[in-house]
This record gives sequence, C-alpha cells and structure tokens, in this order.
Amino acid sequence: MKMKRFMAMAIACVMAAGLVACGGSESTATTSTAGSTTASTAEETTADLSGAVATGGSTSVEKVIGALSEAFMEANPGVDVTYDPTGSSAGVTGAADGTLDIGLSSRALKEEEISKGLKETTFALDGIAIVVNTENTVEDLSLEQIAKLATGEITNWSEVGGPDAPVVLIGREAGSGTRDGFESIVGVEDKCAYEQELTSTGAVLAGVAANPNAFGYVSLASVDDTVKMVTVDGVAASEETVKDGSYKIQRPFVFATKEGEELSAQAQAFYDFALSEDAAELIAAAGAVPMV
Amino acid sequence: MKLKQSIERIMNAVFFICGMVSIAAVALITIYMVWAGLPAIIKIGPVDFLLGTEWKSTASEPSFGILPFILTSVWGMVGALIIGVPVGVLTAVFLAKLAPPKLAALVRPAVELLAGIPSVVYGLIGMIVLVPAVMKAFDLKSGSCLLSAILVLAIMVLPNIISVSETALRAVPPEYEEASLGLGATWIETVFKVSVPAARSGIVAGIVLGAGRAVGEAMAVMMVAGNVANMPGLFKSVRFLTTAVASEMSYAADGSLQKQALFSIGLVLFVFIMLINWLLNTFLKRGEKQ
Repeated sequence: MKMKRFMAMAIACVMAAGLVACGGSESTATTSTAGSTTASTAEETTADLSGAVATGGSTSVEKVIGALSEAFMEANPGVDVTYDPTGSSAGVTGAADGTLDIGLSSRALKEEEISKGLKETTFALDGIAIVVNTENTVEDLSLEQIAKLATGEITNWSEVGGPDAPVVLIGREAGSGTRDGFESIVGVEDKCAYEQELTSTGAVLAGVAANPNAFGYVSLASVDDTVKMVTVDGVAASEETVKDGSYKIQRPFVFATKEGEELSAQAQAFYDFALSEDAAELIAAAGAVPMV
Repeated sequence: MKLKQSIERIMNAVFFICGMVSIAAVALITIYMVWAGLPAIIKIGPVDFLLGTEWKSTASEPSFGILPFILTSVWGMVGALIIGVPVGVLTAVFLAKLAPPKLAALVRPAVELLAGIPSVVYGLIGMIVLVPAVMKAFDLKSGSCLLSAILVLAIMVLPNIISVSETALRAVPPEYEEASLGLGATWIETVFKVSVPAARSGIVAGIVLGAGRAVGEAMAVMMVAGNVANMPGLFKSVRFLTTAVASEMSYAADGSLQKQALFSIGLVLFVFIMLINWLLNTFLKRGEKQ
C-alpha cells in the first residue's frame, strides 16, 4: 500500500515537473527583465510626472501598448496609462474629438481623418508570416494566391505548384489582431474558409506542424523551425523586409494625435518613450517590429 | 450547563453558515448568469439566437446564431456516452464482481489516475496523437473534427462512470446474490440480472456525472475539435458551447454585443446542463419503480 502511494506520488511529481518545464514561457521572462532595465533608465531622465494618459483604439495594438505602458508606469508611478481596445476607427475618432490623448490605429490614417487635423506617427510595424507544413514543397505565393487559398477558391496545393493535397487553413479566433491583420491586408475579411480556429499563436504553429496539408498565419516574431515560412511575391518575411516595405503582409501601428496641439506633459512623455530605443526591445518582445 | 448549551448553539450556527455558502454560491451564479445573459438574447431575439445557424460575431454585419454550438454539444455528449457508458459500466462490473483482487488492485489506481489527469493534458495528447491518427485512419484533410472530440470525451467520462458505478455495485447486499446463486443461476447471470439492476440508481448517477463532464469540458475539446462554427458532422470542424465562450472571451470588447452574446451562450449552457441532469435522472430512474 505504502509502495503504491509512493509510486503514485513519484509519477505525479514527474508529471508536474514536466509541466513546469513546458510552461516556462521565455517571452514573459524577457519582457520583465526588459521592463526593469528600461524602467531604471527612464527613471533618471523623467521628472515627477502625474496624471492620466487616456489611449485607445485597435485591438491588435493592445499587447504592444500593454507592454509599453507597464514599463512606463513602473518608471513613473504617478502616471496612469489606460488603454481602451475599441478598434482603429474608434481610436482615431477619439483622438480627433479629444476624448483620448493618443489614438492607436493598426492601419495608416485615411485622407479624411488627416483632414480633421490629425497627425500620424508610426511607432512599430506588424509583419504577418504565412507558414506551411515542412513537407509542403510550395516556396512562394503571391498575395492573390494567398487570398484564393484562404477563401477556398483554390482547394488543392497542386494549383499553386505544390503537391496533390487538399488545402487546410488554420487561423485564429474572431477578434484576434493577427486574424484581423491577415484578413484585411489580403482582402478576405469574413470570407475565409477556416478548417481550424485556434486561440493562440503557439496552437496555430502546432496545428500547421502536425498537418501536411495546412497553412496558417502567425506574427513574424513567433515563427520557429517546426514550420516553413513561404515567401510572398518573392520576398521572405524578416525584420528588414518589413521595415523597407518590400514584404507585403504588414501594417503600421500608428499614434494619432492632434496636429499643432500640445499633449499633456505625461502624454508627451509616454509618446516619447514609445518612440525611444528603450521601448524597441519591449515592442519586439510583444511581437511587432520597432522603428528604431 | 449553560455554557454547554451556548456552545451547542454556536456550533449549530457555524454549520448552518457553511451549508449556506454553497447555496449562496449557486444562487449568486444563477442570478448573475440570467442578468448577464438575457440582454443579448432579447436584443438578438430568442429565435434568431437559439435557432440561427450562422455565427459571425466580428463580421461587419454580425450574426449570432448558436444552433451549431447547441447541436455540437448534444452530439458530443451523446457520442461520448455511447462509447463511454458500455466501457465504463462493464469496467465497474469487472472491478466490483469479477476481477481477481490482484488485478483489481492494478486497474483501480489506473482509473483513479485517469480522473486526476488535467483536461489540458488530454487535449495535448489528443492534438498530438489522436488528431493525426484520425486524419490518417479516415483519410481526411484535417483530423480536428467532432469524432476526435468524442473520442477524447469518451476517455474523460470513464473515471466518473467507473468509480461511482463500482461503489454502487459493491453496496449491493450479498444476500441478493447468494439467493440468485442458490436458485441455480451462474455468477455472470447473477451479476447482470441481480447486481446491476440493484445498483441501478448508483450507475445512473455515474452516467449523469459523466454527461455533465462531457458537456462542460472546454479545454480538451478546444484543442482537438477545430473550433469552426459549422453545423455538426462527424468529420467536420466544430465548435462546442463551452469553446464558443472560451475562445472569443479574451478579445471581446467590454460592453459589446459580442461579449454579451458570449454570456448568453454561458446561460444556455447552464440551462442545458440542468436539463440534461433532470432528463437523465427522470428517464433512467423511471424503471426503478416498476
């Protein structure tokens, strides 16, 4: 009896250890260290700021802004940065009518928005990689081919130069910023023929790695060698090709502020912080490509 | 004497309060679910919501029909029980009545261990082992489908069915079985014609518990079912009531109709589990009185 109990406990311990090992997320570790280093450098430069900074807008930017505001508030305990994820258009409108200090958009501002007296500042870029199973022989896809694959117009890989196998689209759940980004850039909003809708980037990678017919989209920073990244119109996705604009499936993360009107001291400090080199590491850790 | 009485009274109050905690929790959850779930149902319209076949919560013209989720949950539960009940009840019979003690001592801890495995582990193994296997076995383009979910759920309901049924079978008075044997019945005849009917209500309780687990499970099915809001089909990617809530909750904006609708799905799930418990209990226990 005692032996059995011991065995059960030993098994449980081994399993628990395994879980801990698997669960240890590298990204959180790097974020927190990055946060503390930037916090200490920022502390020296900024004076005692206090008050609130109201930001809001695109749901896709939430993670990046979350990381930035966390580090910023750690360095400036008196400042409270809030983010209201209501969508890019609502963020831009908020900045225009003054309900937000800074509006966040995951697309460039439209003509009529700029004519309302708004200024756009791109602080990060978001590259979305198209990944296929390592067994897939397809190397390059055009934007148009990707759109047809996603909507189910092309149902067999042989039509785009791959093996004779059905096409399986693995994507993210409704509301996800990556899904929104992919669908809006490729032009297939609400028309995708998904075979699987998964709730995390890791799950999409695992799903594509497990199914030789699959293709999926993930943010550039999270691609690993369990899957194969295809080139889009002949351009491989990388930080450089996203920055120089040659890689097509990308979008800017934009600050919308009022032209010619001064921000409050604390909002200006946050704005400067987000564009500084201190913030670059945080932006990269949150999955986007920093501008500096 | 007076001190003794007052201690008695205080302890009574303590026990009463402890009893009230669980009742209060149930009452609060019920009230909150109705309060949070009703607005969207009213806004969308109960018929469109419950019988609509299209779920597009973030489209530019959103539609909120949850019939695919309801049917998927029903089929998922039925499928899991079709596989799980025979295997589970027969395992319980084996453990309680037939197995040599040494073998039973090996099987029982294994079943208990099965109950202790977290659902995410079931999901992980299902995703890595079962989904590719289903894909190969049935020559599908993707193995994430209702069948994979049913297979995972069938394994997950086993421990509930086995342990409760076994306890019930062990509690059958030996005199019943001895009388049957004395009349010339074989041991197998005795087990199935005397012991199992006598333990009926316990076995039913196990099945109800299993059904509840099958309907309420979210994590494991989310990892193997594909989560696309299709009408259910054995080899189609499907979304359950539970996964519909879990997968969209994190991104739904506060106060949006999408978030309210997710609460409404929660309310439907809540009512659904109550109904299943009640139906199975009345249906399966009716035979007892005859």
